[in-house]
Amino acid sequence: MTGHQLLFWVFAAVTCGGAIAVVLTQNVVRMAFWLIVSLGASAGLFFLLNADFVGTAQLLVYVGGTLVLLVFGVMLTASGPFSKMQTRPGELFLAGVVAILLLGLLGSSVCSVEWDRVIAATNSGHQITNQQSLNHGFNRPEEGNTGHPLGMAFLGMRPDRDLVAGNKTLSTGYLLPFEIASVHLLVVLIGAAYLARAKRRVHPNEL
Amino acid sequence: MMPLIAANSLAEYVLESILWDFPGNGSVAFTIAALVHVVLILTFFGVAPLVFIWLERKVAGRIQDRLGPTRVGGRFGWLQTLADGVKLIQKEDLCPADADRMLFRMSPYLVFVASFGAFIALPFGNGFVVQNLEVGLFFMLALMSLEVLGVVFAGYSSGSKWALFGGMREAAQVVSYEIPMAICALVPVIATGSLNLVEVGHFQAGGMGNWLIFQNPFTFVAFFVYFTVATASVKRAPFDLAEAESELVAGFHTEYSGIRWSYFFMAEYASMFAVSGIAVFLFLGGWYDGFGIIETLDRFVLDNGCGWLGQYTVNVIGLAIFIAKGTSLVFFQMWVRWTLPRLRIDQVMMTCLKYLLPISCTLFLGATVWPLFLHSMTAGQTDIIRAPMGDRAYSPRPAAVQPLHKSHSAPHPAPAAAIIREGSGKEA
Repeated sequence: MTGHQLLFWVFAAVTCGGAIAVVLTQNVVRMAFWLIVSLGASAGLFFLLNADFVGTAQLLVYVGGTLVLLVFGVMLTASGPFSKMQTRPGELFLAGVVAILLLGLLGSSVCSVEWDRVIAATNSGHQITNQQSLNHGFNRPEEGNTGHPLGMAFLGMRPDRDLVAGNKTLSTGYLLPFEIASVHLLVVLIGAAYLARAKRRVHPNEL
Repeated sequence: MMPLIAANSLAEYVLESILWDFPGNGSVAFTIAALVHVVLILTFFGVAPLVFIWLERKVAGRIQDRLGPTRVGGRFGWLQTLADGVKLIQKEDLCPADADRMLFRMSPYLVFVASFGAFIALPFGNGFVVQNLEVGLFFMLALMSLEVLGVVFAGYSSGSKWALFGGMREAAQVVSYEIPMAICALVPVIATGSLNLVEVGHFQAGGMGNWLIFQNPFTFVAFFVYFTVATASVKRAPFDLAEAESELVAGFHTEYSGIRWSYFFMAEYASMFAVSGIAVFLFLGGWYDGFGIIETLDRFVLDNGCGWLGQYTVNVIGLAIFIAKGTSLVFFQMWVRWTLPRLRIDQVMMTCLKYLLPISCTLFLGATVWPLFLHSMTAGQTDIIRAPMGDRAYSPRPAAVQPLHKSHSAPHPAPAAAIIREGSGKEA
């Protein structure tokens, strides 16, 4: 077993263990803690795959952003000292069914992939990238450092594909979908600010 | 022997020069390199707070017309922090009866790990970095944003009103201040087109004029905004609302004592150095001294064939320069702490959301437009470094970030600017 495999098993075990602990815990804030463990370990899995950017984004968005808001929300709204989550048997049953269905979906899709062909295609892809795009400031995929290619692909420049195809540009950027998503988020923010505003109506006589 | 500098990482060096015929050498080399890095950073992580806490007490003493610690360890009391540390280890590990025991015990470790993890991507000199990540700056900001979770958990789990108030203030403050901090950190990134801190450092080779703070008017202002926001994000006065001792006893760490309490402070002082280190790399020239001495030494080592030892010595000098710059910024934070009064919580939030956030957005916009403006003003004769990232996309990357072990013949990384200029010349 190489060090890579060992680290994979460690991170995978911590991810699954944290996820199980989230389900088994009753206390909401402890759940958030176990979610940190689980999400942090899955970020570790991304780092192990040399996907630095995705791993870091996982840490920043989910652990540093969403979880802080979750804990903050619990602290603002809880009435007792440590809020417990009460689940009824019906809810447990429904959640269990959904979880088993999702597991079946994921398992069947993993099993239906022809891994030999994927590995062969990936290897040939690596060779092309090695030859063509190393001189153009792009490093080999197995080295990681995906930030530079990701940023360029975002703007619609894909040297790893375009260089192979000659002068034609094959790819379009991801800027428009990103902007649409960010406008959605802006709408949500404005809506939240509107809902949370002070609703006291100032009577003209009180002024 | 292959020079250590020419290896892309310590693991490669160990693999190729020591363990080349050892069975299963890949994992062994990886483990050795990881252990060496962990020990080096843990040492720095332990020693830096030791020095900074002593410095803080001396600075506070001087500002308040006192002497500060004078007895322990000779004339200047420089062993005071170590004595405090020994005392803290001996103390009983208390946990309040009302506390959530698991979270109460775990949260100091969470703060500690988040702060420690940020040092993985912080370069201490030319290539002196544990993991030379291409998204190094992003990684550091992401990990330091996890620190707030430990503080919030500490406040929540203590079972005390003071601690709860401290934790809530910390959450509100840090979540707000993260936004202008990230935007301000992006302003110099626009000028260089790289999130890799080593690469950003290479861009600032040469005189002080090449430092990114003097790159354009927007980076100049961005430095001061960044430093203000960074001070707030490591909850230092005048923004230390989470532990405001005049209102909240000690805020989020009211119930902590002993070694767990000291973990919070180790993390705080290490984070002060981390944000200062980011500021040094993004604005103040990284490991370059600003007078061209490092370049002269580099040239001298290259011309006289001093080999890897000479290179290494120059890098150690760079490391000393970087630590000196970072420490002076930390000193500045202490100076501010003991000079300015604490803001109220509404003033803290207003400063961020009404002033610093719009200012940083304006700076960001200005920094993106500036190269185009400069381009039209100078009829296309701009320096390629000042051009936005699109211009650099297809030009060859600087030698410093290429896998160095492939270029044994030329281990000297030439200044990045020169190489980029050559590259752009060839394309044109």
